[in-house]
Amino acid sequence: MQARIQLSSPVRRGQPVQVRLLVEHPMETGYRFDFAGTAVPRNVIHSLQADYGGRTVLKARLGSGIAANPFLQFWLLPEESAELRVQWQDEQGVAGQISTRIEVPPA
Amino acid sequence: MSEALGTGLSRRQGLGGLLACASLWGGTARAQAPPVIADWAQLYSPYTAGRTPQAARVLVITPRLADNGLSVPLSVRVDSPMRADDHVRRVVLLSNRNPRPVIAEFELGPWSGKAEIATRVRLNGSQEVMALVETSDGQWWQGKAEVEVTESACLDAG
Repeated sequence: MQARIQLSSPVRRGQPVQVRLLVEHPMETGYRFDFAGTAVPRNVIHSLQADYGGRTVLKARLGSGIAANPFLQFWLLPEESAELRVQWQDEQGVAGQISTRIEVPPA
Repeated sequence: MSEALGTGLSRRQGLGGLLACASLWGGTARAQAPPVIADWAQLYSPYTAGRTPQAARVLVITPRLADNGLSVPLSVRVDSPMRADDHVRRVVLLSNRNPRPVIAEFELGPWSGKAEIATRVRLNGSQEVMALVETSDGQWWQGKAEVEVTESACLDAG
Protein backbone atom coordinates (compact mmCIF):
# COMPACT_ATOMS: atom_id res chain seq x y z
CA MET A 1 0.00 0.00 0.00
CA GLN A 2 1.57 3.18 -1.15
CA ALA A 3 0.66 6.51 0.32
CA ARG A 4 1.57 10.13 0.12
CA ILE A 5 1.31 12.87 2.69
CA GLN A 6 1.70 16.57 2.17
CA LEU A 7 1.71 19.56 4.49
CA SER A 8 0.89 23.12 3.60
CA SER A 9 3.70 25.54 4.06
CA PRO A 10 4.96 27.55 5.78
CA VAL A 11 4.49 25.89 9.16
CA ARG A 12 4.07 28.39 11.97
CA ARG A 13 3.36 27.72 15.60
CA GLY A 14 -0.32 28.09 16.39
CA GLN A 15 -1.41 28.43 12.78
CA PRO A 16 -3.41 25.54 11.35
CA VAL A 17 -1.54 23.39 8.88
CA GLN A 18 -3.34 21.56 6.11
CA VAL A 19 -2.57 17.87 5.83
CA ARG A 20 -3.35 16.04 2.61
CA LEU A 21 -3.21 12.28 2.58
CA LEU A 22 -3.60 9.92 -0.33
CA VAL A 23 -3.55 6.15 0.14
CA GLU A 24 -3.44 3.65 -2.65
CA HIS A 25 -6.27 1.19 -2.00
CA PRO A 26 -9.13 -0.16 -4.14
CA MET A 27 -11.75 0.33 -1.37
CA GLU A 28 -13.71 -2.64 -2.71
CA THR A 29 -17.38 -2.10 -2.02
CA GLY A 30 -18.46 -5.73 -2.12
CA TYR A 31 -21.02 -4.74 -4.77
CA ARG A 32 -18.70 -5.21 -7.68
CA PHE A 33 -18.42 -8.30 -9.84
CA ASP A 34 -15.31 -9.37 -11.66
CA PHE A 35 -15.37 -10.32 -15.29
CA ALA A 36 -16.15 -13.93 -14.53
CA GLY A 37 -19.28 -12.79 -12.69
CA THR A 38 -18.10 -13.58 -9.19
CA ALA A 39 -18.62 -11.00 -6.50
CA VAL A 40 -15.47 -9.21 -5.40
CA PRO A 41 -15.42 -9.36 -1.61
CA ARG A 42 -15.71 -6.12 0.27
CA ASN A 43 -12.43 -4.73 1.48
CA VAL A 44 -12.19 -1.14 2.56
CA ILE A 45 -9.87 0.76 4.84
CA HIS A 46 -12.20 0.88 7.81
CA SER A 47 -10.16 2.87 10.26
CA LEU A 48 -7.53 5.51 10.08
CA GLN A 49 -5.79 7.47 12.77
CA ALA A 50 -3.36 10.37 12.80
CA ASP A 51 -1.04 10.96 15.75
CA TYR A 52 1.08 14.00 16.37
CA GLY A 53 3.04 15.04 19.43
CA GLY A 54 1.74 12.22 21.63
CA ARG A 55 -1.91 12.82 20.80
CA THR A 56 -4.40 11.40 18.34
CA VAL A 57 -5.34 14.35 16.17
CA LEU A 58 -7.74 12.63 13.82
CA LYS A 59 -9.73 9.43 13.96
CA ALA A 60 -11.67 8.31 10.94
CA ARG A 61 -13.99 5.41 10.31
CA LEU A 62 -14.41 4.91 6.60
CA GLY A 63 -16.83 2.83 4.59
CA SER A 64 -17.46 1.78 1.03
CA GLY A 65 -18.78 5.27 0.35
CA ILE A 66 -15.23 6.57 0.21
CA ALA A 67 -13.78 6.54 -3.27
CA ALA A 68 -10.98 4.21 -4.28
CA ASN A 69 -7.53 5.49 -3.39
CA PRO A 70 -8.89 7.43 -0.44
CA PHE A 71 -7.98 11.08 -0.21
CA LEU A 72 -8.27 12.88 3.06
CA GLN A 73 -7.59 16.48 3.92
CA PHE A 74 -7.63 17.77 7.45
CA TRP A 75 -6.04 20.43 9.61
CA LEU A 76 -3.94 20.47 12.70
CA LEU A 77 -2.41 23.03 14.97
CA PRO A 78 1.38 22.73 15.15
CA GLU A 79 2.69 23.32 18.65
CA GLU A 80 6.10 21.71 18.54
CA SER A 81 8.35 19.91 16.09
CA ALA A 82 7.22 16.31 16.08
CA GLU A 83 6.37 13.38 13.90
CA LEU A 84 2.93 13.19 12.30
CA ARG A 85 2.08 9.57 11.84
CA VAL A 86 -0.98 8.26 10.04
CA GLN A 87 -1.96 4.60 10.34
CA TRP A 88 -4.79 2.69 8.77
CA GLN A 89 -6.12 -0.81 8.47
CA ASP A 90 -8.31 -2.54 5.90
CA GLU A 91 -10.81 -5.34 6.38
CA GLN A 92 -8.31 -8.00 5.37
CA GLY A 93 -6.19 -6.86 8.27
CA VAL A 94 -3.58 -5.21 6.10
CA ALA A 95 -2.21 -2.16 7.83
CA GLY A 96 -0.34 0.76 6.41
CA GLN A 97 1.26 3.88 7.72
CA ILE A 98 3.06 6.97 6.64
CA SER A 99 4.76 9.63 8.63
CA THR A 100 6.26 13.01 8.11
CA ARG A 101 8.03 15.38 10.42
CA ILE A 102 6.41 18.68 11.23
CA GLU A 103 9.19 21.18 11.82
CA VAL A 104 7.95 24.19 13.77
CA PRO A 105 10.43 27.07 13.54
CA PRO A 106 11.17 28.88 16.81
CA ALA A 107 8.99 31.97 17.14
CA MET B 1 -8.76 -1.25 -12.13
CA SER B 2 -5.71 -0.50 -14.17
CA GLU B 3 -4.82 -4.15 -13.73
CA ALA B 4 -8.11 -5.19 -15.30
CA LEU B 5 -7.38 -2.96 -18.23
CA GLY B 6 -4.04 -4.67 -18.69
CA THR B 7 -5.46 -8.17 -18.98
CA GLY B 8 -6.83 -7.70 -22.47
CA LEU B 9 -10.49 -8.18 -21.61
CA SER B 10 -13.02 -8.05 -24.36
CA ARG B 11 -15.82 -5.54 -24.44
CA ARG B 12 -18.33 -8.33 -24.01
CA GLN B 13 -16.76 -9.50 -20.77
CA GLY B 14 -16.77 -5.93 -19.52
CA LEU B 15 -20.46 -5.57 -20.27
CA GLY B 16 -21.16 -8.79 -18.42
CA GLY B 17 -19.66 -7.23 -15.34
CA LEU B 18 -21.78 -4.13 -15.76
CA LEU B 19 -25.00 -6.06 -16.05
CA ALA B 20 -24.15 -8.17 -13.05
CA CYS B 21 -23.73 -5.02 -11.01
CA ALA B 22 -27.00 -3.53 -12.21
CA SER B 23 -28.92 -6.72 -11.64
CA LEU B 24 -28.04 -6.53 -7.97
CA TRP B 25 -30.39 -3.57 -7.71
CA GLY B 26 -33.37 -5.30 -9.21
CA GLY B 27 -32.85 -6.60 -12.68
CA THR B 28 -32.80 -3.68 -15.04
CA ALA B 29 -29.64 -2.34 -16.53
CA ARG B 30 -30.71 1.27 -15.91
CA ALA B 31 -31.57 0.71 -12.29
CA GLN B 32 -29.82 2.98 -9.82
CA ALA B 33 -31.71 1.88 -6.72
CA PRO B 34 -31.68 1.32 -3.67
CA PRO B 35 -34.47 3.82 -3.18
CA VAL B 36 -33.87 7.20 -1.65
CA ILE B 37 -34.32 7.31 2.09
CA ALA B 38 -36.54 10.35 2.28
CA ASP B 39 -36.59 10.44 6.05
CA TRP B 40 -33.25 11.83 7.21
CA ALA B 41 -34.22 11.17 10.83
CA GLN B 42 -33.74 7.51 10.14
CA LEU B 43 -30.11 8.19 9.30
CA TYR B 44 -29.14 10.73 11.94
CA SER B 45 -31.15 9.41 14.89
CA PRO B 46 -28.66 6.68 15.84
CA TYR B 47 -26.11 9.45 16.38
CA THR B 48 -28.20 12.22 17.86
CA ALA B 49 -30.26 9.94 20.10
CA GLY B 50 -33.43 11.04 18.37
CA ARG B 51 -32.78 14.77 18.46
CA THR B 52 -33.09 16.83 15.30
CA PRO B 53 -29.81 18.47 14.33
CA GLN B 54 -29.98 22.20 13.73
CA ALA B 55 -29.51 23.28 10.15
CA ALA B 56 -26.74 25.79 10.75
CA ARG B 57 -22.98 26.22 10.97
CA VAL B 58 -22.24 23.36 8.58
CA LEU B 59 -21.29 23.93 4.98
CA VAL B 60 -20.99 20.99 2.61
CA ILE B 61 -19.18 21.75 -0.60
CA THR B 62 -19.51 19.46 -3.60
CA PRO B 63 -19.71 20.07 -7.31
CA ARG B 64 -23.34 20.67 -8.30
CA LEU B 65 -22.94 18.17 -11.10
CA ALA B 66 -20.74 15.11 -10.96
CA ASP B 67 -20.16 13.26 -14.21
CA ASN B 68 -19.40 10.16 -12.32
CA GLY B 69 -20.33 8.93 -8.88
CA LEU B 70 -17.11 7.01 -8.37
CA SER B 71 -15.18 9.88 -6.96
CA VAL B 72 -16.93 13.08 -6.00
CA PRO B 73 -14.91 15.70 -4.14
CA LEU B 74 -16.65 16.69 -0.95
CA SER B 75 -15.59 19.03 1.79
CA VAL B 76 -17.22 19.97 5.04
CA ARG B 77 -16.58 23.27 6.76
CA VAL B 78 -17.98 24.00 10.19
CA ASP B 79 -18.22 27.45 11.68
CA SER B 80 -16.37 26.81 14.92
CA PRO B 81 -13.52 28.56 16.76
CA MET B 82 -12.00 25.13 17.58
CA ARG B 83 -11.08 26.19 21.10
CA ALA B 84 -10.86 23.78 24.02
CA ASP B 85 -14.24 25.00 25.28
CA ASP B 86 -15.96 25.18 21.89
CA HIS B 87 -14.98 22.81 19.14
CA VAL B 88 -16.21 20.20 16.72
CA ARG B 89 -16.03 16.72 18.11
CA ARG B 90 -17.44 14.62 15.34
CA VAL B 91 -18.33 14.86 11.65
CA VAL B 92 -20.46 12.16 10.04
CA LEU B 93 -21.09 12.00 6.30
CA LEU B 94 -24.46 10.53 5.35
CA SER B 95 -25.93 9.63 2.00
CA ASN B 96 -29.60 8.94 1.44
CA ARG B 97 -29.17 6.88 -1.68
CA ASN B 98 -26.08 4.76 -1.15
CA PRO B 99 -26.48 1.10 -0.19
CA ARG B 100 -24.51 1.99 2.94
CA PRO B 101 -25.72 5.39 4.09
CA VAL B 102 -22.84 6.11 6.46
CA ILE B 103 -19.99 7.26 4.27
CA ALA B 104 -17.51 8.13 7.00
CA GLU B 105 -17.08 9.38 10.54
CA PHE B 106 -14.34 11.73 11.68
CA GLU B 107 -13.27 12.75 15.15
CA LEU B 108 -11.66 16.14 15.52
CA GLY B 109 -10.66 18.33 18.43
CA PRO B 110 -9.29 21.73 19.38
CA TRP B 111 -5.89 20.50 18.16
CA SER B 112 -7.28 20.49 14.63
CA GLY B 113 -7.21 24.28 14.53
CA LYS B 114 -9.76 24.36 11.74
CA ALA B 115 -13.04 22.46 11.49
CA GLU B 116 -12.63 21.35 7.95
CA ILE B 117 -12.44 17.91 6.34
CA ALA B 118 -12.26 17.03 2.68
CA THR B 119 -12.37 13.70 0.91
CA ARG B 120 -13.72 12.03 -2.20
CA VAL B 121 -16.89 9.98 -1.98
CA ARG B 122 -18.78 7.43 -4.00
CA LEU B 123 -22.38 8.30 -4.77
CA ASN B 124 -24.97 5.94 -6.09
CA GLY B 125 -26.90 8.43 -8.18
CA SER B 126 -28.20 11.96 -7.71
CA GLN B 127 -28.95 12.73 -4.12
CA GLU B 128 -28.41 14.93 -1.12
CA VAL B 129 -25.42 14.38 1.11
CA MET B 130 -25.59 15.39 4.74
CA ALA B 131 -22.78 16.28 7.09
CA LEU B 132 -23.83 15.72 10.66
CA VAL B 133 -21.69 17.52 13.22
CA GLU B 134 -21.41 17.21 16.98
CA THR B 135 -19.88 20.10 18.86
CA SER B 136 -18.17 19.91 22.25
CA ASP B 137 -21.32 21.11 24.03
CA GLY B 138 -23.10 17.97 22.85
CA GLN B 139 -25.25 19.76 20.26
CA TRP B 140 -25.83 18.41 16.77
CA TRP B 141 -25.76 20.42 13.57
CA GLN B 142 -26.18 19.55 9.95
CA GLY B 143 -25.63 20.83 6.46
CA LYS B 144 -26.63 19.33 3.14
CA ALA B 145 -25.53 19.53 -0.44
CA GLU B 146 -27.34 18.29 -3.47
CA VAL B 147 -25.32 16.49 -6.11
CA GLU B 148 -26.49 15.54 -9.55
CA VAL B 149 -24.71 12.35 -10.56
CA THR B 150 -24.95 11.39 -14.20
CA GLU B 151 -23.34 8.00 -13.79
CA SER B 152 -23.77 6.00 -10.61
CA ALA B 153 -20.83 4.56 -8.70
CA CYS B 154 -22.57 1.22 -9.06
CA LEU B 155 -21.43 0.80 -12.63
CA ASP B 156 -18.03 0.07 -11.23
CA ALA B 157 -17.17 -3.13 -13.03
CA GLY B 158 -16.62 -1.46 -16.39
